[in-house]
Amino acid sequence: MNWLLSKVEELSGENLYACYQCGKCSAGCPMVEEMDLLPNQVILLVKLGDESVVEAKSPWVCAQCYQCGVRCPREVDIAKIMEAIRLIKLRKNIDHIKLENIEKNLPQIAIVSASRKYTG
Amino acid sequence: MARKSKKGGKQKMEMVRIYIMGKEYKVPAGLTIMKAMEYAGYRYIRGAGCRAGFCGACATVYRKEGDYKLHADLACQTTVEDGMWLVQLPFTPANKAIYDMDKIKADDKTLVNFYPEIARCVSCNTCTKACPQELDVMDYIQASLRGDIAKAAELSFDCIQCGLCAMRCPAEIAHYHVAQLARRLYGKYVAPKARHLEERVKEIEEGKFDEEMKKMMKMSVTQLRKLYNARDIEPEED
Amino acid sequence: MDMGYYPGCTLKTNAKVFEDSLLKAFEKIGIKLKELNKWYCCGTVYSLATDNLMYRLAAIRNLIRAKEGGYEKLVAPCSICYNTLKQANLMAKSDEEAMSKINAFMDEEPDYDGSVSVIHPLEVIEAKLQEIKAAVKKPLGKKYAAYYGCLLLRPKEIAIDEYENPSIMERLIEALGGSVVNFPLKNECCGSYNVASNKEAVVDANYRIITNARRNGADAIVTSCPLCHFNLKEMQKEVKKVHPEFAGLPVYYFSELMVEAFGIEKEG
Repeated sequence: MNWLLSKVEELSGENLYACYQCGKCSAGCPMVEEMDLLPNQVILLVKLGDESVVEAKSPWVCAQCYQCGVRCPREVDIAKIMEAIRLIKLRKNIDHIKLENIEKNLPQIAIVSASRKYTG
Repeated sequence: MARKSKKGGKQKMEMVRIYIMGKEYKVPAGLTIMKAMEYAGYRYIRGAGCRAGFCGACATVYRKEGDYKLHADLACQTTVEDGMWLVQLPFTPANKAIYDMDKIKADDKTLVNFYPEIARCVSCNTCTKACPQELDVMDYIQASLRGDIAKAAELSFDCIQCGLCAMRCPAEIAHYHVAQLARRLYGKYVAPKARHLEERVKEIEEGKFDEEMKKMMKMSVTQLRKLYNARDIEPEED
Repeated sequence: MDMGYYPGCTLKTNAKVFEDSLLKAFEKIGIKLKELNKWYCCGTVYSLATDNLMYRLAAIRNLIRAKEGGYEKLVAPCSICYNTLKQANLMAKSDEEAMSKINAFMDEEPDYDGSVSVIHPLEVIEAKLQEIKAAVKKPLGKKYAAYYGCLLLRPKEIAIDEYENPSIMERLIEALGGSVVNFPLKNECCGSYNVASNKEAVVDANYRIITNARRNGADAIVTSCPLCHFNLKEMQKEVKKVHPEFAGLPVYYFSELMVEAFGIEKEG
């Protein structure tokens, strides 16, 4: 049990050891083309304790659409795991984006969601 | 402490125990926090202004002994209580956006464009609880997020910019700066214009009152006084 | 019986046309929606961390306002608000420990017990299809692709219909006299809030979804979510910059179709 894995399990409430790398999550993920690591690769790296996942592109381009979680045969909700990885950085009071740099005149839901997911 | 009353004999003044930055002092009951601190020997060189509850300079944060609740109020308006633990907040660092009132528009995105941090509001209501003027702070921030400039201006009208809300906010919003922009936008762009004022100013600029002004400038004080006393006064409306 | 209506920030700004058309259409079939007299930003998207109660306060506070207003049902048209409020409501019903903390923190509010139910207008519509058919004056002539996006259908606990193959919006379109085009990307995410900082993700998703709908014969796309509407409509010009051969499609809210079919005059 490494620090990263125990923190992610605590924050997400998911059992990462249930994942058997079938890849259904990555196959269904609509944002996968923007990602550098596939969702199933992210899970494996967390299990191995590789903290570079926190700065990878994948958790930050995840749109929380839950497609991965509803398709997983082991009922692992990968969206929660992505959220946990984001929180590891955000809870240190480090924002992932600068709010003053986002597009202006977006609908409020976009600004509120971006501030929830990308700022600490 | 005792002092002699006018009738003779001793009259006991009620004293209360307060803690200023952790140190205990005994001060007369019934004093305001500001007076009590001065009684204790502190001299205000920052964090004091009108002493009348209007300027917002003397923001104070305190707890009462045995109670976990954190209170915030103005030092010049709050009476000391026994077991008060006090600290002053003479300055709040707060981010103010740069804007030119003549160049910006008042639409439903203006406030969130200048202060995108208002999108971080979690509706925790801590700001409302901290406000010494008892304003609906969370409500006006929510109105600002929604682009309702009129409502934000209306609800924040009595804000004295003491900064207590901004210091306690977990989303790190500077509420009073957002409210100030809302009120400025409201006054300049949203509030209905006073047409009779605009017409009068135009008349003045066109010289309609120039002759009368020249005549009055040449009059003596007695003549002016006569004119003034004989002026038309509108009857009081019931 | 009156139902409480929760607009959300965006229905008062970018998506005003959604609100106006929905209220008019519902009035036509005899449903009165009463806006909550006080409401707050729901705090999208729902926070998934097990311990993050702070980010759920906004949703619970809105549900308390609904309860105070005496509403048993709260209608939330915006898909994202619906998702956030519904998940928070489920938490309120099932997680006693979290609710005891939230109730203790919000000591200026009455305690909330999960007694309001959060529903989406499409669920209301599903029960009123006969009345809707009867109210149609100008049947829609075109072929529509119903695009659900993600948050109306997932996670499973809050889905308004079968999450892999929903058809609730299609039944509405058919009742309004339109014909329906099925396409495989109808429940694929549009990119959502990536539009704020990662526009390429949204441009790619837009290109895929609209091209796919067009290939399956659609004349227009119908949606329920203001962010999907923004991402699919406003971003089409960005898609054209990357894919010059891209041919877009008009995007409507389902309530706009209802107003058109009912023949309600557009005001102002």
